Amino acid sequence: MEITLRADGRGYRIEVDPRTTLLDALREHLGIYGPKKGCDHGQCGACTILLDGMRVNSCLALAVAHDGAEITTAEGLAAGGELHPMQRSFIARDAFQCGYCTPGQILSAVGMVNEAQAGWPSQVTGDAADGEVPLTDEEISERMSGNLCRCGAYANIVPAIREAAEAGRFW
Amino acid sequence: MTTIIERRAVGKPLDRKDGPLKVTGTARYAYEYRFDNPLYLFPVQSEVARGWITSIDATAAEAMPGVIAVLSHENTPRLADTSDREYAVLQSGEVAFRGQYVAAVLAQTLEIARYGASLVRVSYDEEPHDVELRADRTDLYAPATVNPGYPTDTQEGDFDLAFASAAVKFDETYTTPMEHHNPMEPHTTVALWQAGDLTLYESTQGAHWDAGTLAQVFGLDRDRVRIMARYVGGGFGCKTLHANTVLAALGAQVAEGSPVKFALTRQQMFCGVGYRTPTIQWIRLGASEDGRLTAISHDVVEQTAKTKEFAEQTAVATRTMYATQSRRTTHRLAALDVPAPSWMRAPGEAPGMFALESAMDEMAIRCGVDPIEFRVRNEPEIDAETGLPYSSRNLVACLREGARRFGWADRDPRPRARQEGRWLTGTGVAASTFPVIRFSGSVARITCAGDGRYVVEIGAADIGTGTWTALTQIAADVLGAGTSDIDLRIGDTTLPEASVEGGSSGIASWGSAIVEAARVFRGRHGTSPTQGDQAQAAAPDNPQAQRYAMHAFGACFARARVDADTGEVRIPHMTGVFAAGKIINPKTARSQIIGGMTMGVGMALHEESLVDARFGHVMNHDFATYHIPANADAGQFDIAWIDEEDTHVNPMGSKGIGEIGIVGASAAIANAVYHATGIRVRDLPITPAKLVR
Repeated sequence: MEITLRADGRGYRIEVDPRTTLLDALREHLGIYGPKKGCDHGQCGACTILLDGMRVNSCLALAVAHDGAEITTAEGLAAGGELHPMQRSFIARDAFQCGYCTPGQILSAVGMVNEAQAGWPSQVTGDAADGEVPLTDEEISERMSGNLCRCGAYANIVPAIREAAEAGRFW
Repeated sequence: MTTIIERRAVGKPLDRKDGPLKVTGTARYAYEYRFDNPLYLFPVQSEVARGWITSIDATAAEAMPGVIAVLSHENTPRLADTSDREYAVLQSGEVAFRGQYVAAVLAQTLEIARYGASLVRVSYDEEPHDVELRADRTDLYAPATVNPGYPTDTQEGDFDLAFASAAVKFDETYTTPMEHHNPMEPHTTVALWQAGDLTLYESTQGAHWDAGTLAQVFGLDRDRVRIMARYVGGGFGCKTLHANTVLAALGAQVAEGSPVKFALTRQQMFCGVGYRTPTIQWIRLGASEDGRLTAISHDVVEQTAKTKEFAEQTAVATRTMYATQSRRTTHRLAALDVPAPSWMRAPGEAPGMFALESAMDEMAIRCGVDPIEFRVRNEPEIDAETGLPYSSRNLVACLREGARRFGWADRDPRPRARQEGRWLTGTGVAASTFPVIRFSGSVARITCAGDGRYVVEIGAADIGTGTWTALTQIAADVLGAGTSDIDLRIGDTTLPEASVEGGSSGIASWGSAIVEAARVFRGRHGTSPTQGDQAQAAAPDNPQAQRYAMHAFGACFARARVDADTGEVRIPHMTGVFAAGKIINPKTARSQIIGGMTMGVGMALHEESLVDARFGHVMNHDFATYHIPANADAGQFDIAWIDEEDTHVNPMGSKGIGEIGIVGASAAIANAVYHATGIRVRDLPITPAKLVR
C-alpha cells in the first residue's frame, strides 16, 4: 500500500506491506535509523518517536494507519546541525553508554516534558495536581520508566532531563 | 615495575567522543548499513528439547511470493569445521535443545520472511530431555578447568579438621537463577558473500575473534572474512560468536551476492546466545571467637550444555578474598539438554560473591562483629590462590572510605528495628573484586597525519564501555597530542588485530598496544614526524603478571526499604568505592560502575529466567516478564575511587572496571534487606513473596 510520511521535515511516499510497522518503515524503507528496534513489542521504548508531537512506540504503530503523519526522530531534533538542549544535556551528564536506547530516551524525554508542562499527571503526582506538574526526580523516573536502558544510565538520565527541562520549553 | 605513561588527558572527565552521533541516532549499528535489495532471514526454532528431525515440509513457505529459499539441514551448505557444536548450524537433523535453529526462511522483506517461517512444518522423533539442575544429581562431574582456565578445585590446609574444631561455625546454601544479558540492541548481522569473500556487519564484542572462528568454521582463509562493528548496542558477554551469526553467513552463502539481514527478536535472545548459569552454592565458614576465619569452603553446582561445556568460575573469588588457615573450593557441573551458558557480566564473581558476601554478613553477625570490621580482620597478606603478593590491594581503604561516605558509623546493627510508615529500612555492605585481565595479541598502528595529528588504528570494540574516548585519551598522551588531534579507528577487522572486549580487559589490552606502538613510532620517527610516517606494534607481555596477583577491589553499600505489608523492595541509595588503579576517564568510568551496580539491583531483586522443565524453554522471554531495572528501580548513587598508583599492571596503571560494579551489589542489597526485615534471603532474586510472612 502507498502512504506518505513526513519525517524530520522531509516528505516521503513509500509502498509498504500492511504488516509493516512505523518503526520498520522508518528504518528499512527510509533509512532513518534513530528509532531503534529493541523488543518490537512496546516493552523497551527504544523505538520512541514523536508522532504528530506525541511520544509513541513506533513498533506498536502500523505504518498504513499513519498515512500523512508528521514524525520527529533524534536526527530531526538536531535540525540544522545544532543539538537540541536535551541532546546536549545527555552528553554533558553522560546519560548513555552503548547509545542504543538513547534516541528513544531523548524523544521520550522531550515528549514527557511537554506532557508535564501540559499538566498531565502521573502515578506519583499528588491528587492536588492542577496545571503544570513540577518535574521532580521522582516524576522524571516514573514518567521515563517505559524506556529501558540495560547499560543502567538512569542515574545520569534523570539529572540530564531535569537540567534540560529547567532550561526552558522546547516547542 | 612498568614505566607509567605521562598523564595529561588520561584522568580527565572527557565527554564521550561518540556522544553527538549517539544522541542524534546517527551512530551506525550493524543492522543499519544500507544496501539495495537486501534479503531478510527469519529462523525456525525447534519445538522439542531433544530428538531428531524426521521431516521438514517447506512447501507452503516456498510457494509464497517473495520467499527466496528455505534453509534446513537437508539443503544447507556443509561447514568445514563442526567440532564446536554450537556453530554446527543446520548440519544435521539432531536437536540438542529447545529453540535450536532447525530451518530459516530467506525472503525479500522482513514481513514475508517471518510469516514464511511460521509456515514451515517440522516433524520430530522426540526423545526424553533433561533440563533440571539439582545438587543431588548423581551425574555431576568435575570439569578439567573452570573459565577461563582456573583449577576446578583447590585445597589449602585441612578444611574438615579446621571446620570441625572452629569455635563459630556457619553452614548454608545459596542459589542464584539463570539470567539473560539482554543488551538493548539484539544480536544483528548483515552478511554478504561475494566472490569467495564473506563480509559481516555484526553486533559483536570481538570482530577479530569472530572472523577467525568463522574462517575456521567455513573453511576460508582468514583474510577472506571481514567484520565491521563500529557501534555495538551493549553486550555484557553475549555479543560473542553464536549460532545466529553462522546462520546469517549460511544465508548469505546460499544467496551469494545479496546482503542478508538477520536480527534476533527479543524472544529469540533467550535461547542460544548465552546466559548466566543457575548456581547452587554451599558455603561453610569456621571462625575463632574473636572473628578470625579458620576455615572457608565454597562448593558449587551449576549447569552446562551437553553440546558445549562452559564452566563458570563461581568459587574463584573465594580463593583470594580472605585470610584463613584452611580453604577448599570445588565446582561440579550437570550437562543438560539446554543451550550453552556463557560469560555474563562478571561470570564467577557476580554469583559467587553474592554467596560469599552474604555468608560473610551472616558470619559477622554470628561472631558479634561489625560486618566491615569482620572483613578488615580477615584481610590477607598475600593472594592465597597463587601465593603471590598483590600488585595493589585496597579493599580496606574502600570499606573505610565507603563507610565514611555512607554514614555507616551510626548504624544500629539490630535487624527489623527501623520503620518509616509502611517501610522497614536497613543498610548493608559487601566487598567486590575482579581480576586484572589482559589478553595478548593486540596490535596498534600509528600514522602521522601531519600538523600534529595522528591516525590510531586498532580493531577494538566499544560496546558502551567508552573505548572511543579512553583510547583517544591514552593515544593523545603517549603521542604528546591533544585528544582532538587523534583520529581513532576501531571496530573493523581490516584494522590491526585486537583482543575481544571481555573480562574487563579492553583498555589494558588495547591501551598497552597503543603505548608500545607510540614507543616504536618515536624511536623510528622522532618527535617531529612527517605525514605518512607509520609504526605498528603489539603489546608486549607483562612479566609482572608472574610476580604479582592483580585484582581490583571495591566496597558496595546499599540502603533498602521494604514494604512491611507487600514485601516490595526499593533501593533508594547505593554507595560504591573502588580501588581500580588509575581511572582513565572518571566520567565514563562512573557511568560504567553505576551501570554495573544497577544491573546488580536487577540481579538482586528482579531477574530470573524461568525454565519450563516439561518443554525445556525459558517461559518469561520478553521484557514484560523478565524484568530488568527500569528508571524508577534505580536510586541515587555515590561513587568514589581510591587513588591507587599500581606500577605493575600496565603502562597506564589501570585496572578494568566493566564488571566490578555488579560484583557485591546483590549481596549488599540482600544484607540490607536482612537488616531491614530480619529475613535472610539466600535464593535470588529477592522477590516480595520471600519477604511476606
